[in-house]
Amino acid sequence: MLLQVRNVTKRFGGLTAVDDVSFDVPAGHIKAIIGPNGAGKSTLFHLISGYHPATRGTLTFEGAEITHLPMHEIARRGIARTFQTTSLFSHQTVLDNATMGYRMHAATNVFDALLRTPRARREETESREAAYEALRFAGIAPLANRIAGSIPQEAQKRLAIAIAVAAKPKLVLLDEPVAGVTSEETVEHAELIRHMANEGYTICLVEHKMTLVMGLADSIVVLHHGKKIAEGTPAEISADPAVIEAYLGAATHA
Amino acid sequence: MHLFFQELLNGLVVGSLYALVALGLALVYGTMQIPNFAHGHLYMLGAYVAFFGVTVAHVGYWPAMLLAIVVLALVGVVLERLVFRPLRNAPEVNTIIAAVGVLFFLQTLAQVWFGGDYRVFPTPYDKVVHFAGLVATQQQLIVIAAAAVLMVALFWFLKRTLTGATIEAVAQNRAGAALVGIDPNRVSMMVFAISAGLAAAAATLIASISLISPSMGFTVILKAFAIIVLGGMGSVPGAIIGAYILAFAESFGGTYISSNYQDAIAFGVLVLILTFKPTGLFAKGT
Amino acid sequence: MRRVLWIIAAAVAVAIPFLVPKTFYLQIVAGAYITAIAVYGLNVILGYTGLLNLGHAAFFGIGAYAVALLETKAGWPFWPALLAGCAASVVLGAMVGSVSLRTRGNYFAIFTAAVGVMIAIVFTNWQELTGGNIGIVNIPPPPSIGPLAFDGDVPKYYLVLGALALTILICRLVRHSLVGRTFVAIADNEDLARAAGIDVARVRLTAFMLSTFLAGLAGGMFAMYNGNLGPDQTGLDITFEQLLYLVIGGIGTIAGPLVGTLVLVGISHELQGMQQYRFLIFGPLLVLLVRFFPLGIAGGFSRLTARWAAR
Ligand SMILES: Nc1ncnc2c1ncn2[C@@H]1O[C@H](COP(=O)(O)OP(=O)(O)OP(=O)(O)O)[C@@H](O)[C@H]1O
Ligand SMILES: [Mg+2]
Repeated sequence: MLLQVRNVTKRFGGLTAVDDVSFDVPAGHIKAIIGPNGAGKSTLFHLISGYHPATRGTLTFEGAEITHLPMHEIARRGIARTFQTTSLFSHQTVLDNATMGYRMHAATNVFDALLRTPRARREETESREAAYEALRFAGIAPLANRIAGSIPQEAQKRLAIAIAVAAKPKLVLLDEPVAGVTSEETVEHAELIRHMANEGYTICLVEHKMTLVMGLADSIVVLHHGKKIAEGTPAEISADPAVIEAYLGAATHA
Repeated sequence: MHLFFQELLNGLVVGSLYALVALGLALVYGTMQIPNFAHGHLYMLGAYVAFFGVTVAHVGYWPAMLLAIVVLALVGVVLERLVFRPLRNAPEVNTIIAAVGVLFFLQTLAQVWFGGDYRVFPTPYDKVVHFAGLVATQQQLIVIAAAAVLMVALFWFLKRTLTGATIEAVAQNRAGAALVGIDPNRVSMMVFAISAGLAAAAATLIASISLISPSMGFTVILKAFAIIVLGGMGSVPGAIIGAYILAFAESFGGTYISSNYQDAIAFGVLVLILTFKPTGLFAKGT
Repeated sequence: MRRVLWIIAAAVAVAIPFLVPKTFYLQIVAGAYITAIAVYGLNVILGYTGLLNLGHAAFFGIGAYAVALLETKAGWPFWPALLAGCAASVVLGAMVGSVSLRTRGNYFAIFTAAVGVMIAIVFTNWQELTGGNIGIVNIPPPPSIGPLAFDGDVPKYYLVLGALALTILICRLVRHSLVGRTFVAIADNEDLARAAGIDVARVRLTAFMLSTFLAGLAGGMFAMYNGNLGPDQTGLDITFEQLLYLVIGGIGTIAGPLVGTLVLVGISHELQGMQQYRFLIFGPLLVLLVRFFPLGIAGGFSRLTARWAAR
């Protein structure tokens, strides 16, 4: 099992955003996490990636506990993520963005940089290649020299994925990768995610667009008010009365 | 024992000054999250305006103080409108840089106007009062009393008047306050006016005890920051309590430990607090 | 285009001792170079990583006092004293940085301001060591290296110029390396940097130490060049002045610290007799720049050249 989530809880003051959630993500799987707005999906990602510390519960990655590790350490273990509101190094070039995704694999320090050591030169080339590879993977290599904040919205979403891919992770957490993207582009993004899975990345996906989720996911976890209310294959989930109730309930409240 | 009470008195005087200055800084930080590094220089300018009132315009001590308060309140409004408001959504660092620009300007203005020398500020209340074996000047007692009056007045204003309530509302939640029809920009200007006005009052009160100079803002501003960090960044009561704590620490530390390093106490306190509590004492949120 | 400008600038800098009529002017230029080195240090921490270290001048003071004391009290020659001065500044930088970098934004500025002022208070009050307000005088010039003697204005000028060139080289190499790009990436988006496995605290500390190294180097050169030193070089007002040069020259750029310092020092001396009034203009200028022109002279210039290149 690549990732094990066990009884994980997150409280913000009086609010329990994630409530005693457990599930597994096997290697090579695409696991979707769905639920109405405010269900706790993003918070769950924050817990897995170490952005927020869990109030209770344990997270195990490749058999080792990662619950209390700092965020960068978790990333180094092989968990990459994107953020719900597209998060880039927006004043840097697209290429530099992807380079930062790979950065943790390069050990170059200030002295290497000053003395132009062989290591600095080798890692400079390696990072560049890794970055270009990630950009090509995401289909935005032609934009490499543009400033990240100035490229189109959809390309920015691809860049966020490229940064994650450049990190050469084992598990990628994608938080609403197609929010605000047109339906045609959504299809292309679905292909990109499928392509990632084919390349051997394990994926956790938070998404509201059900067609995308149903088409991609191997299995789905449904959150509602922070609790897991269902888990199963897309077919099982779409027939689950508790899930329908949660979504309908949310719709009538909204 | 006698020395002890004398130091207590000195602490009370200095604490009153610190409280008035730190209060303004805390008010501005609490409502707008602006660390106004030029605040000490507003205080300095206040001292010079009052100095001008007494020595050049000969309007007398209290009218000179009123003049300083009014002028500085206006300066505060102008600063909010022209310097700080346009930077509301800029990076925090930019606000500090702009404040540095302002303080350079103010310091030079005072230098050009009155020269760079230290000046003595004449007071009509220079008689010495004896009671219970303690010695105080009238001016010292006036500082303590006037500061108390100003603080009570400010509290009454903040807690008991509708306008004061709008300040609290904006401090709590700027967007929310705007939704219920409060104009946050107006409140910001008002807060800057009060803040600068209080600094001017403090300056007039203390200027006749210590000397004034164009660079007097530098020490004061850092002490005021130490105080508001001590009192929980942005809390008005915290600033007052912090001010007296620091003043007593300095006054006793200066007497019983080392007068050379008296000024370092404030910064030591600040460094210690932020070392162990990087988000400040009584930080809001998690 | 830019390379040509750098070469011209270097040629002019080398020729200056033969061009300016009086040593007075040479001293002003050398003084500006020393300040520029310190401003480059400020640029590393503020321009690259976005953190405002208001205690910067105190680290300048550490380097300066270390050199002055080691030379006058311990009898060290200049070169090892300079190395020790830079080292002292970096070690203190590591200590202050590891604590202060846990704070954020405004707190970081306030914290470092307090640390800086405390250090300045020590310089003023530890009379037996630092000479108090009078400071340290008669700091000997560097000993000769072979036929090269350093005890005149012109050789000292070249020494300072060499230190400045080294500083610019360091900044250039670091800025474009993976390390420098990580500095700016963290300033740009800290959370994303963490998510990419970057140890943000460590990278920031590296930047802080590099910044204090340059401050120490500037301080050491100051002690050497002037032969005397007082606590007035280490206060908050000096940091503020360096900040002014940086903002006007261009935060985060390679040329900015030098351009800003030279332009402002130049203007200040052009306005002879107006020296003390200069901040009546520079103060409001600073306010206007952060609002309308945060890239400063150098940043504006690169934009222009980029536009030309695009045409
Ligand atoms: N840092 C925080 N502090 C306090 N409450 C928070 C915080 N982050 C999230 N919450 C609350 O936790 C709950 C879950 O939020 P979360 O962002 O995880 O929902 P979500 O499922 O991702 O929703 P959406 O589909 O809208 O993105 C919400 O009620 C939210 O307001
Ligand atoms: Mg979400």
